Amino acid sequence: MSTTRAAPASSGRRAAAGRHGHGTDPDHRRPSWRDRLYRFDMRYMPYVLIAPFFLIFLVFGLFPLIFNGVIALRNYRLDDPTLTGWAGLANFRQLFGDDDFWNALYNTFGIFLLSSVPQLLLALIVASLLNRRLRAQTWWRVGVLLPYVTPIVASTMVFSVFFSRDFGMANWVLGLFGIGDDDPINWRADKLHAWIAIATMVNWKWIGYNALLYLAAMQSIPRDVYEAAAVDGAGPWRQLWRITVPMIQPVIVFTVILSTIGGFQLFIEPMLFDLNAQAATGGPNGEWQTIAQLIYKVGWKDLNLGYAAAMSWALFLIILVVAGINTLLTNRLSGGRSR
Amino acid sequence: MGRAPQDTPAGVGTYLLLATTMLFAAFPLYWMFVIATSNDEALAQIPPAVIPGDRFLVNLDEVFSLQDVYFAASLINSVIVSTVVTVSMLFFCSLAGFAFAKLRFAGSRWLMLFVVLTLTVPNQLGVVALYIVMGKLGWNGTLLAVIVPGLVTAFGVFYMRQFILNTVPDELIESARMDGATTMRVYRSIVLPAIRPALAVLGLLTFVATWNDFQWPLITLGGTDYPTSMVAISDLASGNYVIYRRVLAGAFVATIPLLIMLFIGGRQIVRGIMEGAVKS
Repeated sequence: MSTTRAAPASSGRRAAAGRHGHGTDPDHRRPSWRDRLYRFDMRYMPYVLIAPFFLIFLVFGLFPLIFNGVIALRNYRLDDPTLTGWAGLANFRQLFGDDDFWNALYNTFGIFLLSSVPQLLLALIVASLLNRRLRAQTWWRVGVLLPYVTPIVASTMVFSVFFSRDFGMANWVLGLFGIGDDDPINWRADKLHAWIAIATMVNWKWIGYNALLYLAAMQSIPRDVYEAAAVDGAGPWRQLWRITVPMIQPVIVFTVILSTIGGFQLFIEPMLFDLNAQAATGGPNGEWQTIAQLIYKVGWKDLNLGYAAAMSWALFLIILVVAGINTLLTNRLSGGRSR
Repeated sequence: MGRAPQDTPAGVGTYLLLATTMLFAAFPLYWMFVIATSNDEALAQIPPAVIPGDRFLVNLDEVFSLQDVYFAASLINSVIVSTVVTVSMLFFCSLAGFAFAKLRFAGSRWLMLFVVLTLTVPNQLGVVALYIVMGKLGWNGTLLAVIVPGLVTAFGVFYMRQFILNTVPDELIESARMDGATTMRVYRSIVLPAIRPALAVLGLLTFVATWNDFQWPLITLGGTDYPTSMVAISDLASGNYVIYRRVLAGAFVATIPLLIMLFIGGRQIVRGIMEGAVKS
C-alpha cells in the first residue's frame, strides 16, 4: 500500500502561506482558497475518481439485476400495459410447468457439455504445443486468436452454411470418410446433430483463448519439477497429466467457471443457426433453443417481460449452482492430490 | 532429457499439429471471403469452392445499396459505439484504478472488494430490467442505450488497479506531491505515461468485445433503421431466401477492422489475455 498523504507538503505549504500572510497568526486564520482546494483534492478527489464506475455499475448493472427480481414477481406485458400489479410467484410457478423452459434448459446443458469439455481439453493440448520452444512464437500465439477476434455473428453465418444438408462442407468432409454417403446428415433435424453443430462453433471460438490462459499458467511452473519427473522416466504425455495439469489447476477452475457462465448464456450461435432466426424458436420444434434465446423470445416476441425476468432470475441461480458444482468437481479431478 | 517443455525445442510433429490448428482457426474466415467474392453457384458446388472469386466489389455494392438494411450506417454506428466505449473505458477505469492503487481514502478496501465481487455479476441476466430502465430514460432504440452501460466495467477498474499498483513507483508520486501537484496533475504527468501498455491492451480487448456484442444491441436497437453492424448482418440473414454471398460479404467487411487490430496489436492482445490469467 502506498502513502501519498503528503504531510511534509502540507507543512511546507503552511510555511509558504505564512510568508504571504497578512500579519495574522497562520494557525488561526481562515483557510485560503488554495488550502481548501488542496484539502478537497486530498480528501475527496479519490471518490470523484471512482464515482463514474460506481454510478454506472449501480444504475446499469446491479440495479437491473435486482430490479429483474422485482419484475419477475409482477405482471409486465408490453402488449397489455393495463395488466399491472403483483403476480406473486405466478411467473415462477408457470416456469415449473413450462415445457419450453425445461426443453431449453436441457438443450443448454447438452450444448454446454458438448462445447466445454472438448474445448478445455483441446485448449490444454494446444497450450502444451505452444509451451515448447518455438520459432516465430508470437506469430503462433496471435494465430490461435483469430477465432477470438472474429465476430460470433459472422462466424456463425459461415458455420451455418458449413452445416447445411445438401451442399454443406461438413457433410462433404464426412462423405470423404464414407459417412452419410447416401443419406446426408440433416444438422437441423434433431437435437444431437444441432447440438454438435452449435458446440463446434463454440469450441472453434474459444479454444485459442483458453489455450493462452493455460499457456500463461504453464510458464510459471518451476522448471526443476519437470527435470525431476524426467529423471523418474515420465514421458511428455505423462508429464502433461501428472505435472502440468495439477500445477495449473487454479486456472483450469477459472476457465471452467468462465465457460459455465458463457455456456449457459449462449445466444448468438443458436439464434443464427436457425434459418428462421427472427422467430427465436431454435429450430421448428425448439431442437436447439437455449435459455437465453427463450428469454429473448418470451420477452420481445411474446412481449411478456415479467415472465422473461423470472426466467433470467432462474437462469442466474442455475448458473450459480452449476458453477459451484463444476468448481468442486474440477478441484477434485485436477488437483485433489497436489496438496 | 530432463528439460522443461518450454526449454525443449519443438519438433516437426509440434509444428505440424500447430499448423493444423492454425488451418482450423483460419479456414472459416478464409471461406467467408471465398463466398463473399463468389456468385450464387459457389455455395452449391461439390466439392466446395475454395478459390476466391472476382465478385467482391459487386457483392459489396449490393450489400451497401440494400434499401432496408442501411449497412453503411450500421458500420458507422459500430465505429461510434466502439470508439466512445473504448475511450471512456480507458479514461474512467484508469482514474478509478489509480485511486484504488495509489490513493488513501476511507473505505477504499471495502469499495475495492465490491468491485471484485461485481466481476462475477453477469450483466446479461438483467436485460429485461435494463430494457425497462432504458425505456424510462427514453433511450431504447438510440445509441445511448448501447454506449452508456459499457462506459466503465469492473474488469477495467480491476485490470488498471493491478497494473498501476505494480508499475507506478510510490516515490515518484510522493515527490510530485511535494512539488504541490494535485491528484489530477499526478494522474496526467506520472500515471498516464506509465500505463500506456495497459491502456493499449484494455483498449484492444474493449474494442473487440464492444464491436462484437450482439444480444443487447439486438434487444434495444433491433427493428430500428440504424442498428449496429452485428444486428444489420443478422438482418441480412433473415427472410425466406437468404443470399449468402451478400451476408458473408457484409460479415467480412465487419470483421476487417478486428483483423487489422489483431494484426497491429496481436502481441498486446496476447499479453493482455495471458496476464489476466495469471492474476486471477
